[in-house]
Amino acid sequence: MNTLLLIAVLLALSAAGFELGRRRALGLVGHPKELRSLPGYYGSWILLWCLVPSVLALAGWIALEGSLVDTWVIRSLPQEIRELPEARLGLFLNDAKNLATGNIVSREVDDLLQTTADRYTSLRAAGRLARTGLVLLLTAGGALIGYRRISLRFDAMARVETAFKTILMIGSTIAIFTTVGIVLSLLFEAIRFFQAVPITEFLFGLGWSPQTALRTDQVGSSGSFGAVPLFAGTLLISAIAMTVAVPVGLLAAIYLSEYATRRVRTIAKPLLEILAGVPTVVYGFFAALTVAPLVRNFGAELGLSVSSESALVAGGVMGIMIIPFVSSISDDVITAVPQGLREASYGLGATQSETIRRVVFPAALPGIVGGILLAVSRAIGETMIVVMAAGLSANLTANPLEAVTTVTVQIVTLLVGDLEFDSPKTLSAFALGLMLFVVTLTLNVIALRVVRKYREQYE
Amino acid sequence: MESLVTNEPPTSIAAAPTPAPTTGRPPDQDVLDPGIPEPILEVRDLNLYYADKRALNGITMKIPRREITAFIGPSGCGKSSLLRCLNRLNDLIPIARVEGEVLLEGDNILGSGTDVNLLRKRIGMVFQKSNPFPKSIYENIAYGCRIQGINRKDEVDHIVERSLHRAALWNEVKDRLGDVATGLSGGQQQRLCIARAIATEPEVLLFDEPCSALDPIATAKIEELMRDLKEQYTQVIVTHNMQQASRISDYTAFMYLGDLIEYGVTDELFIKPLRKETEDYITGRFG
Repeated sequence: MNTLLLIAVLLALSAAGFELGRRRALGLVGHPKELRSLPGYYGSWILLWCLVPSVLALAGWIALEGSLVDTWVIRSLPQEIRELPEARLGLFLNDAKNLATGNIVSREVDDLLQTTADRYTSLRAAGRLARTGLVLLLTAGGALIGYRRISLRFDAMARVETAFKTILMIGSTIAIFTTVGIVLSLLFEAIRFFQAVPITEFLFGLGWSPQTALRTDQVGSSGSFGAVPLFAGTLLISAIAMTVAVPVGLLAAIYLSEYATRRVRTIAKPLLEILAGVPTVVYGFFAALTVAPLVRNFGAELGLSVSSESALVAGGVMGIMIIPFVSSISDDVITAVPQGLREASYGLGATQSETIRRVVFPAALPGIVGGILLAVSRAIGETMIVVMAAGLSANLTANPLEAVTTVTVQIVTLLVGDLEFDSPKTLSAFALGLMLFVVTLTLNVIALRVVRKYREQYE
Repeated sequence: MESLVTNEPPTSIAAAPTPAPTTGRPPDQDVLDPGIPEPILEVRDLNLYYADKRALNGITMKIPRREITAFIGPSGCGKSSLLRCLNRLNDLIPIARVEGEVLLEGDNILGSGTDVNLLRKRIGMVFQKSNPFPKSIYENIAYGCRIQGINRKDEVDHIVERSLHRAALWNEVKDRLGDVATGLSGGQQQRLCIARAIATEPEVLLFDEPCSALDPIATAKIEELMRDLKEQYTQVIVTHNMQQASRISDYTAFMYLGDLIEYGVTDELFIKPLRKETEDYITGRFG
């Protein structure tokens, strides 16, 4: 039975199990009210017994089948093939598998390959049969166990509630484990990088030029991996972005939530949120092709030398991109301030702007701060705009008119093109990624703390 | 509500305020005017609409100076709406529209020339749900000073202390003026709101069901406070609680479906109502 069909059968059997449980429970008593739980809970109880063991077994089987079959096939191979290096043995097995499934084979088909392929076919068929048998057996067995546990005193509802809670818990664990997995993969590569480059040099070094030589006698064979200019550049551009986004976003939010008529609001709010829907790559070439020349020419007229890939342009355009983040969250938070507070303020004779400045805005501040910190995380992690508009030169400068580069830009350039995954140059991207992760994580933790502190104060 | 008004219910409620006098019924003049010589507020032929829906039908009444006037009536009868016309808080509702006149010391406050912010400083309000600002106790009272431009610390300190004294809250909070006001109990919060309202030295205090969320002890405190405040302030209270109205008010207005049905001295109105609708309501036969 193929997998899809098996799953369909499994679901059908489970549905039957549900009905079985319901009937069994109803059969125990004269009237459903005498049961401890609603009849459906007894059905769900058997349904869970049918599904959970067999699905787990099926998943385990699918995960392990490939390697088990490989092991058995290898065991049956002649000595000289078994002792081949791992890579060549893998090639041979691949060819056998391809032959068995009718794919293109990269070598001449000899007897040995043919028998190996046949062996694959037969093992697969046997495996599939065993799998079907196991799953069906577990389903039936589960149903039987569940069925026998049902009695007058049995509280199916409590068990089903526990099972439901467990399923929810597994859902949240998956998210956590994904994060852990991402961090670990970053961490291992970063550790490999730190074996080549000392961590102190990476953290405190002031020069960034990630060259490594293919041959030791090459010119310029020594690179430097000081990440400070990258983080300085990231901070500079983020700071410029926030200087644009926070005032504009807040003013827009206050206008939309407090002053705009309902008509204006229904039109203006979606329009503003379109900004968030513009692909970042579009912002990127808007910055590089439209804004950058404007700023450079304007600077030239003032007698300033503006680099054509200045931090000002990248940060400014990024700020425009972030406006809807700030305004949308602030708007929601301001609207959520209880009307009673506004009425209290107006009732004391306050004007609208006094009410907003002294009552509504302070009450909404925790949410607004949370929104702003979220926007900062977004600015630090933003890639596309800076790749196109911020340039690659790792200058350590606070001058917004010069070109700087950011962590994300360097990660992109390091991982584009032909790569060797054992050179510090490539591995440094993972170290940068790890650092970026740590920074945004810290920022989020601080954001949560700040919001919680304000919340305690205002509730 | 609207449908009831237009469908001519069996009683003549819908025909007020200018019904043809039916036999056995006193003329409107007596039912609606308890004879108030120098009213601080005078409502004349006031209509209120929410969009197309009429919420108040030609209300005419006088509010006596330094007395407590209660508005009673079933939910949706327009008593809160009427109260909110007195300090123009209905301006905040975009769909609300008012016709008629409300005279404060003889000046029509509904006119476009009225300084609404000044008006609301003269007519303070306490709301159904206590709504202290999420600031310290001190700052809640000081808010009124700040929006009047009073910023000198000794002056603000004085006003805060005086207002809390008058609202009978000083002894309970004097050691924690810096605490967040939302941490107070419900009754304390409501007295804080009263203190906040009297900090700006208003002439009139409007109460919109100030005790509906409070327990009997907190309610008793508020009522006692209102009695104390009578010496200085004109007070108007909207309440669902008829016992409360009879306990604390000097004059009572009974409203039903946007009409003023009967308005009189509280003791007379509760003991000997002139209109059958009033009698039915205060004896609990409908409402």
